[in-house]
Amino acid sequence: MDFDIPRIPLGDWIESGLDFLTTEFSGVTRAISRGTQSGINLLNDGLMWLPEWALIALVVLLCWKVSGRRLAIGGLIGLALIWNLGLWNPMIQTLTLVVIATLVAIMIALPLGILAAVSDRFYRVIMPVLDFMQTMPAFVYLIPAIPFFGIGSVSGIFATVIFSMPPAIRFTTLGIRQVPKDLIEAADAYGSTRSQKLIKVQLPLSLPTLMGGINQTIMLALSMVVIAAMIGANGLGSEVWRAIQRLRPGEGFEAGIAVVIMAMLLDRLTQSLSGGKKTK
Amino acid sequence: MTDTQQTKIQVRNLSKVFGDDAKKALKLRDEGLNRAQILEKTGQTLGLSNINFDVREGELLVIMGLSGSGKSTLIRCLNRLIEPTEGDIIIGGENIPQLSDKELLHCRRRHFSMVFQNFALFPHRTVQMNAEYGLEIRGIDKAERAEKAKSSLKQVGLEGWENAYPNQLSGGMQQRVGLARALANDSSVLLMDEAFSALDPLIRRDMQQELIELQHRMQKTTIFITHDLDEALNIGDRIILLRDGEIVQIGTPEEVLTRPADDYVARFTEGVDRSRVVTSRRVMRPVRATARHDDGPRTVLHKMSENALDSIYVVDRERRLLGIVEADGVDEAAKAGKDSIHELLVTDFPRVGPDEPLATLYPMFQGKSYPVAVIDDQQRLLGVVVKGAVLEQLAQTGEQ
Repeated sequence: MDFDIPRIPLGDWIESGLDFLTTEFSGVTRAISRGTQSGINLLNDGLMWLPEWALIALVVLLCWKVSGRRLAIGGLIGLALIWNLGLWNPMIQTLTLVVIATLVAIMIALPLGILAAVSDRFYRVIMPVLDFMQTMPAFVYLIPAIPFFGIGSVSGIFATVIFSMPPAIRFTTLGIRQVPKDLIEAADAYGSTRSQKLIKVQLPLSLPTLMGGINQTIMLALSMVVIAAMIGANGLGSEVWRAIQRLRPGEGFEAGIAVVIMAMLLDRLTQSLSGGKKTK
Repeated sequence: MTDTQQTKIQVRNLSKVFGDDAKKALKLRDEGLNRAQILEKTGQTLGLSNINFDVREGELLVIMGLSGSGKSTLIRCLNRLIEPTEGDIIIGGENIPQLSDKELLHCRRRHFSMVFQNFALFPHRTVQMNAEYGLEIRGIDKAERAEKAKSSLKQVGLEGWENAYPNQLSGGMQQRVGLARALANDSSVLLMDEAFSALDPLIRRDMQQELIELQHRMQKTTIFITHDLDEALNIGDRIILLRDGEIVQIGTPEEVLTRPADDYVARFTEGVDRSRVVTSRRVMRPVRATARHDDGPRTVLHKMSENALDSIYVVDRERRLLGIVEADGVDEAAKAGKDSIHELLVTDFPRVGPDEPLATLYPMFQGKSYPVAVIDDQQRLLGVVVKGAVLEQLAQTGEQ
């Protein structure tokens, strides 16, 4: 009854592919690694240099400006709690990683999303790739990150960028494709070039959708940055990780609550930023 | 409109096939198959077939047809928002279907401004910024485009609304912005695609009237698409009737009404308010006899009895109309031995130009016993309209 079907060595192939990449492009990955690391350090040092109360005041002011009194009060209480719990430094580290990962993700996603919006062929290629990226368990990205960039925050950012990029691409494409056909026709009828059409009509009109995508990317980045503690990314994630290893549920929850506070603040802030642009 | 006008656009043998194998569809058409048969055989739609017409400088040309007649396709072929399958569209020495992408861009910027059925205003731009759009993408500097946009907004009556956003305006006002955007661009041809169809009837009438006045003032070559015959007759200098992608008739509103090319047009024009379209020229009769201003009373009386008239128009040597005299008065003057009819001249009688619609003629007959004289702009007597002719014309509702 035993059919001797050889097992397909899919994993071996992928590994040898990754090996090839790490050895052949080690120069490139090392350069990326150095650049990213110095970016992380710079932003981290900058945020650390500010006294806690000053940063809290800044965030509260921002909340009040873009949203209103409720978010400002919520931000004040939440950040004060994090400070009080002694989680300020890990929080800043996490914020740094989220900001950098999100910026990189957007920088890659925006052109790809625009390309997918204007080219049907590219759209057909990239959509299954995005499906793949989003359904692959997030942990898996951590593994190749290590040979590429070694243990540490840069690997964390690499995995985070890959994991959090898809919604930004999707929403950009969706936003541009949703621009009403008659407006495109109007832009064409007056003799707009492709880039004029994009800059003056398509992008401004897809901005609300695009901001929705960025919001999603930030949320995904935050969740991934926490998981990336497993490969040595600093921040609130490593606090949770340590609590797990030492079986200290109390400390684990404290760090977890800090993550939730960050998530809510970032979410509300980006949402009111995108919503605020629309109501004129 | 006179015949001395220059041709602005020439459209020759224009066809459009929607489908992958246009050649086959056109070949079947040349073999004499109609639109439905081609669709059945090849699965392709013959959107436009062999369209030929000229657009004259400064005219308001209406392209009229029901939905599916190809009118929207036709107007979009002119600026290649839809690529024509074959044929020539010649404007300013350029053949539009032959232009490269870059040349097309310049051609669109220079020659065409478009007004859309659903306004197609940019919601993220203010009224002013919308009006500036065409100038902005041409790279006109800020001050100049702001000024041009402002003056075109003023022309459409939107002064003071520059900083509003489109969604703050009513439908009629939004379309005024659309019109201002087109006018500011200062292109040589205005394309209006069912521009007033989305407006409610009262506003629509106003906009039509304003367009006519605007067009009169600016002499801008305008191509106006509509499915509404009343609108076409009301605003058009000439009308092109389109059916199933082919031209059925080209003519002035009056020609379309009074000499429909076929049964289709005739059925179409049934129930149209003819009083607004048919003009005095159409219903006037030649004047059987006129008196000269230096005729004596007896000569005049003689002319009147010869032609069985109760009153007679008096003209000068150049046939300029001076007045009218009545039989009773002339008879008395003759008996009194006078040798002139000058003091008998009545000047208070109705007279109109040759292009006056019947709607304005009709009230002139209320309680008056004189017919209406038709004169040209040098006061020369062209003919006369009697009440019976007007009534007759209004009674025949398209039954030619």
